[in-house]
Amino acid sequence: MRKVVRGFYSIAYSVKLCRPNVIAAYPITPQTEIVENLASMYANGELGECEYVTAESEFGAASILVGASAAGARTFTATCSQGLILMSEVLINAAGMRLPIVLVNTNRALSAPLSIWNDHQDSMILRDAGLMQIHVESNQEAHDMVPVAFKVAENHKVMLPFMINMDGYKLTHAYEPIDLLDQETIDEFLPSYDPPVYMTTKNPLTFGSYAPPQYYAEFRVVMQNAMDRARKELENAYKEWAEITGRDWGGHVVAENVEDAELVAIAMGSLTGMVRDVVSELRTQGKKVGLLKIRTLRPFPIEEVRKALKNAEKILVFERAVSFGHEGPVGMEVKSACFGLTPEFYSFAVGLGGRDIPREEIVKIIGNVYEGKVEQGFHFGTVKPFEEVIV
Amino acid sequence: MVSILIEVRFHGRGGQGVVTAADILAVAGFKDGYYTLSFPTFGAEKRGTPVASFLRLSDKPIVSRDEIYYPDYVVVMDPTVIGPVKVEAGLKAEGRLIANYPKGSEDLKREMGWDFEVYTINATKMAMEHLGRPITNTAMVGAFVGATNVIKLESLLETIEEWFTNKELAEKNLKLVKEAYEYMRKVCGW
Amino acid sequence: MVMKITLGGVSKPHSSKNMKTGDWGTEYPVVDEEKCTACKACEYLCPDACIVVVEKDDKKVAVPDYEYCKGCGVCFSVCPADAIRMELKEIYKLEVC
Repeated sequence: MRKVVRGFYSIAYSVKLCRPNVIAAYPITPQTEIVENLASMYANGELGECEYVTAESEFGAASILVGASAAGARTFTATCSQGLILMSEVLINAAGMRLPIVLVNTNRALSAPLSIWNDHQDSMILRDAGLMQIHVESNQEAHDMVPVAFKVAENHKVMLPFMINMDGYKLTHAYEPIDLLDQETIDEFLPSYDPPVYMTTKNPLTFGSYAPPQYYAEFRVVMQNAMDRARKELENAYKEWAEITGRDWGGHVVAENVEDAELVAIAMGSLTGMVRDVVSELRTQGKKVGLLKIRTLRPFPIEEVRKALKNAEKILVFERAVSFGHEGPVGMEVKSACFGLTPEFYSFAVGLGGRDIPREEIVKIIGNVYEGKVEQGFHFGTVKPFEEVIV
Repeated sequence: MVSILIEVRFHGRGGQGVVTAADILAVAGFKDGYYTLSFPTFGAEKRGTPVASFLRLSDKPIVSRDEIYYPDYVVVMDPTVIGPVKVEAGLKAEGRLIANYPKGSEDLKREMGWDFEVYTINATKMAMEHLGRPITNTAMVGAFVGATNVIKLESLLETIEEWFTNKELAEKNLKLVKEAYEYMRKVCGW
Repeated sequence: MVMKITLGGVSKPHSSKNMKTGDWGTEYPVVDEEKCTACKACEYLCPDACIVVVEKDDKKVAVPDYEYCKGCGVCFSVCPADAIRMELKEIYKLEVC
């Protein structure tokens, strides 16, 4: 059923169809309406067996889900920014406890200074946490990826938390037509959660036990192995999704026009559509440019990225975050995939703290890099002239 | 095939339904077979602040999510933002500005020194008559459709009817939309 | 003009005082001083500290600060004595067209 809905609703509706058992959340802009929608579905009795818990903080919300997931429940939460960071202590534990919690992060900048607007700084800080992470381009993709997230997270070969990153405001607040899934499709795709291990009051267990130096490393090896297996399992889930719904979002990456491209532009999230549009326009002008959309950030699709970039003379990454003291995080990942290759490398941090990214800026950056007008390395996008003062 | 892309920017103040106006037209445009996308500027969501919202209509899926800098149409819901906010910024030469303004189109053009097409309607007065409150969004979507023909009136009316779950409110708004639509058609000389 | 970026985003107090938000709303509150019991419900609940109870002609009454009031109507809806009404601003009452 195709309907014009807001981004929040496209997520909430999809979560509902996945038949979660426990949802625990704490509101934070721009995530709030996702959990508001879920709370009203719960109040209206539309969530079946689900328990909805309004937590006292994000730390509490994630902790509740750790307990629920350890007891064998299918669990969901949504958050962003400071909320995600407050959750991080628990989420990192959840990854180690191998609990398949699914969360939607409505990407938002981090304080200070206080910003409620969109960039990718929040999720980037959790790159090393042991969560699977994907970025979506549109609300339709976000809607479609919720069942995929549950399926892969709960796969016995994987058993790790899964975070879907969607750009706050740009997607969450956008009102657009979405093909809403139906219950049969989801039920066919997503079996009910079959926890490999779970605790009950009669059968108490400890999750994430104490591991002294003689044991700890092996647990981390096992986690890394699970992430490696997740590459295949996630790819299979993407494929199965395309077969069932007819909507093929591609694999871990989507490479377009890269074979003969002199310059490949790399983007993630809601910016991708515009970059694609600019790239196709430049193609019609005979410019040899291509696009690489990175969908899966963890596990990082190193082979796919390398394959897509093997012929590129220039690589241009549109960053939405900064690793202070180094460069943009996506560029670092991409470079590691290109080890031994010798393309020129450029990256631009754009749209930090929700600064709008006009089409002209993308056109200008790609044009300047293509024509060799920019130095290699990391740059900030449009920045106004400023001077530093004390107060 | 030439693809169609119509970009509209709405100006007003928080609480006047600036976001809802773009949303209503996104649904009405969808009923007409367009791909649509509407979204607000993301600021302090408080009653009274100057706010803007955006609407794109196209025959192809919409990929650009940046703000609208060069609109085909500008809709001003509140006369008091004209001046403090540069509502006409980037309006295309052949574009149109449709404003809720207590005086005539020529008066506004003269006062602001504008040389593009401007159409005014006293939507606040109309909204007060029909709704008893100065919420001008439904009047202004009616005026927009009347002044542009971008969306069918029937699709708009159908959307309004679905939008308001309260039957009485739906009826009042339907009347208001029709009146604003008819008024605008006269102003534009259709 | 070159933007000044302060160390750590530090700002001096009262910068919001320069931001006169009184012209934002479409409506404004009017207090009926006869009915007002000076209970301070409006003062406690105003999100912008724009209405305060003050001594006026030997009587305590709530007085809105129109320089900053955004017309949200919280005072109107919480007043237990029905002493506050919201009025439409003149600009919205214009009768020309």
